[in-house]
Amino acid sequence: MTTTPIETVQRPHGVNLVRWAKDRPEVLVLSADLTASCEADGFRDAYPDRFFSMGMAEQNMMSFAAGLAREGFTPFVHTFAVFICRRPFDQVAMSIAYPNLPVRLIGFLPGLTTAGGVTHQAIDDVALMRLLPNMTVLECGDATEVESVLDAAQAINGPVYVRMLRGEVPRLFDPGAPLRLGQARPLGAGGDLAVLSTGICTEEALRATAALRAAGLAVAHLHVSTLKPFTDPLILETIAGVRHGVITMENHGIIGGLGSAVAESLAEAGLGKRLIRLGLRDTYAHGAGRDYLLREYGLDAMALVRAAEDLTGARLGLTEAALAEVRLETLATADKTEDL
Amino acid sequence: MDQARFPSPDPRTQVGQVAAAVRRRVLEHTLLHNGGYLSQACSAAEVLATLYLRVMRLGPSQAPLTPRPFAGVPGADNPASFTGADYNGPRAPELDRFIFSPVHYALVLYSLLIEVGRLGPAALAQFNQDGSTVELIGAEHSPGHEVTAGSLAQAISQAGGIALARRLRGEPGWVWVFMSDGEFQEGQAWEAFAALAHHRIGRLGVYVDANAQQCDGAMASVMTIEPLAARLRAFGAEVHEVDGHDSDALAAPAAAARTTDRDRPLVVIARTDPCRGIDLLRARAPKLHYVRFKGEQEFAEYSQLLATLREAAA
Repeated sequence: MTTTPIETVQRPHGVNLVRWAKDRPEVLVLSADLTASCEADGFRDAYPDRFFSMGMAEQNMMSFAAGLAREGFTPFVHTFAVFICRRPFDQVAMSIAYPNLPVRLIGFLPGLTTAGGVTHQAIDDVALMRLLPNMTVLECGDATEVESVLDAAQAINGPVYVRMLRGEVPRLFDPGAPLRLGQARPLGAGGDLAVLSTGICTEEALRATAALRAAGLAVAHLHVSTLKPFTDPLILETIAGVRHGVITMENHGIIGGLGSAVAESLAEAGLGKRLIRLGLRDTYAHGAGRDYLLREYGLDAMALVRAAEDLTGARLGLTEAALAEVRLETLATADKTEDL
Repeated sequence: MDQARFPSPDPRTQVGQVAAAVRRRVLEHTLLHNGGYLSQACSAAEVLATLYLRVMRLGPSQAPLTPRPFAGVPGADNPASFTGADYNGPRAPELDRFIFSPVHYALVLYSLLIEVGRLGPAALAQFNQDGSTVELIGAEHSPGHEVTAGSLAQAISQAGGIALARRLRGEPGWVWVFMSDGEFQEGQAWEAFAALAHHRIGRLGVYVDANAQQCDGAMASVMTIEPLAARLRAFGAEVHEVDGHDSDALAAPAAAARTTDRDRPLVVIARTDPCRGIDLLRARAPKLHYVRFKGEQEFAEYSQLLATLREAAA
C-alpha cells in the first residue's frame, strides 16, 4: 500500500536528546555499539564526559547503569529493543527493576520497523517489560511523542522502558500536545466500535478509521502510549460506550502487550465486549520491508477494516486503493482532548 | 577500621580470632538449623575479617544492632524500604564502600558483623525467620548488603557503576567487592572486567574467595576457570594471588594500591581451603556447597567439634 504523505521529522530523538540533556548534568547515556543507530551520536559529541561506550555487553551495561543510578545519576541506556529485553533480562529484573532504580531504557526498532529480521525485531519487548514489577512501559507513536517522552520518563520514580522511533518519523500529533503519562489520546468518538492503537500502528489505524467513518461506522479511537501502568479510566469508558466491541492494534505479538492489557482490564471490570487483537499471532517474523511485513502479518489499515467487519457484521467494500487515498495530516491541537 | 570484640593490638592476631569466632558461630547455626553454608565460613573467614579489620575504611555502623524487619520490596509507593549498607557505616566521599556479591555467604557476613561489633549477637535469632531481613540468601535489605546480588556476577558490574559515579563526583573513597570464584563462570563477570579496564576504573578492589568449590562439586569438574589470575591480567586487572588464610598477605596488596594513582582494578585472589578449621568437612568432599547432616551420628560429631572449639577459645 502506498501512503499519503504526512509531515515527517528527521531523527527527532537525536536532536531532542541533545537539547533536552543540556542542563541536566545527572543525565548520562550508555551505549552498546549502536550509538549512531540509536541517535545518541549527537549526545556523545556534545557531552563526551557524560557518554559511556559499554561495548557489545548488555548484561554488564544494565548492572553498570544500576550502579550509576544508585549514586544519583540517571542513565539513559540506548540500544535496540531486542538487546534490552532478551539477553540481559535477568540484569534488568534484578539490578534495575527490583531496586526501583531510575534507569531509562531506550529501545529502538520496535516490532516490524526493521528489515533486520527475527534477531532485530522486538515482538515481545512490551510483554517482557510489562511483567516486571516497578517497570513503567511507554511507546512513542510519532515525532511529538518522541520529543516529549523524555520528560514523561524522567518524572517517574523508578525504571522506565521506552519503545522509541528513529530516523524519519511522522508527526501525527501537534507539538503542543506532549505525551502524558497514563493518558490515552482520544482521536475520535463513536458508538459502534472502539479502536485502541499504539506506536506506529496509530498511523495505519488513522487511515482505516477515516475510511470506516466514511463508510458509515461510528468509530471511537484511542492512541495509547502508556502500556504500564494501564490505568487510564478513559480506556474502559470508551469501550463501555460502544456497541460491537474493541479492536487493539499493536506492532508486537498479541500475547502480553496492548491486546493483553485490554483483555485483562475488560475481564476485571466485567465488561463483556468482544475483543479482536491485531498483532503478530504467536509467530516470529523475518527480514523484509516494513509495508510488506505490516500487510503480511495483518498490521495494516486493511487488517483493521477486516476486523471491523468481523465485529460489526457489516460488509464495507473498502479497497486497498480507497485506504491509500486517505489523506493524513498532523492533528491540530483543537482536534485533541488531552486536557479534557 | 573496626574495633573487634577481641582486644589484641596485633591486627594479624585479631583477624585470626575473629575468623575463628566466625567459624564457630556459623557451625553453631548450621547445627541449630541442621543445614547451612558452612564451608563458605571455612574458606572466607580470614578474607572477610581482613577486609573489615585491615583493608576497608568504613565509618561506624549507622544501623541498629537488632536488625530491622523486612519493610517491603523497593518501589515508588514504598518509601520505607532500605538497604543493609548502613551496617558498613555512613556514605562519605572519603570513605570506602563494600559490595557483597556471593550472598549465599550471608550467614558468614552476619557472623563477621557480629564479631566486629556492627551487629548484635542476638541478630541471628532472626536468621531465616519469616518477616526478617536476616535472610538465608541475602538481598539488599540484609545487614551488610548494599545490592541485590544473588543472581551471581551482577554485583561486580553494579560496583563498577558505583565506582564510576564516585569518580565522576571526584570522591577519593574506594569500592571493595567480595566475590566467589564460581562467579567467573558467568559471562557478565568478564564483561564487567573489560568495562572496568576500558573506563580505567582504579579505586575498585575485588577480593575473590577462590575455594575451588561450587554447588555441583569441585569447580575443576564442573567448569574450570583457571588460570584465573592470567585471565584477569589479560583483561587488564592488577592481580595478586595469596594464601587466603594469611591476613598479612591478604592486606598487603590493598595497602600498596592505596599509595598510587591507579587506572585499573585491583584483584586479590584468595586461595582458600573450604574445610579450614573444620576438618570433619573433608569427609564430604567434593560436595561442600551446602551442608545438611546425614544422621544423628554426624550431627553428634559436629556438636562435639563445636564444644571443643568453644573450649579452645575460652
